[in-house]
Amino acid sequence: MQVNSKVYMDTLYLQISGELDEHTAHYARSAMDSQLDAGEYKQVVVDLSGLEFMDSTGIGVLIGRYKKMKQKNTPIYISNPSAQADKIFKMTALYDVMPKIN
Amino acid sequence: MNYINEMTLTFDSHSINEGFARSAVAAFCVQLNPTLDEITDIKTAVSEAVTNCVVHAYPKSVGKITVWVGLTKTREIDIKVMDNGVGIPDFEKAREPFYTTKPNEERAGMGFTVMESFMDNVNLSRNENGGVIVEMTKSLERRRAVMVGGEND
Repeated sequence: MQVNSKVYMDTLYLQISGELDEHTAHYARSAMDSQLDAGEYKQVVVDLSGLEFMDSTGIGVLIGRYKKMKQKNTPIYISNPSAQADKIFKMTALYDVMPKIN
Repeated sequence: MNYINEMTLTFDSHSINEGFARSAVAAFCVQLNPTLDEITDIKTAVSEAVTNCVVHAYPKSVGKITVWVGLTKTREIDIKVMDNGVGIPDFEKAREPFYTTKPNEERAGMGFTVMESFMDNVNLSRNENGGVIVEMTKSLERRRAVMVGGEND
């Protein structure tokens, strides 16, 4: 599990790769939070193109980040989910609060 | 039920074993020549069940988790994930979407919902010690099965 980031035009891109489950959730939370706290952004894009596996633990992690950024009125978007992650996101209505973008 | 092949794994409830368990089950099921989607569904469901054991069955200790898998000639995969932990008082409640007993830990409460969506059937029961048995089945789509010895084809 790895979290990489880059900033482009006031947008923070968080690239999550590897496997996101209960075992890696703690690391994912703190790695994402340290990037989210590092500056002021207009929006955040979570890029999941490198995510090889995710179970519902990932939903908890993402919702936690959503709640955190909602206090700053910073929207978070999801991009490039795998078919499996997409299925879990639709099931949990995650896209209602973190819309999918291309 | 007649199984053409079965396996049982018992391991400690360390979270690092979630990845081991889902990969081991997936590797065992490959002999039925499933689609990639089917394998991903199975991996996800096993991950959810094992995570429940790690987080809820043994919240303050390390216990044993047993995963059993049986494969049938008709390309059905039966999986049991069993623990000897604290148990689930109310199965109906536990299965409700978004229900979690740990609301302060950023948990989605979607484990059983995901299992139900990714598998054909999910059944919960208790063992004699009050631990939980999660039994899941999935029928693979009709494809030619590949198995060493060709005994199932």
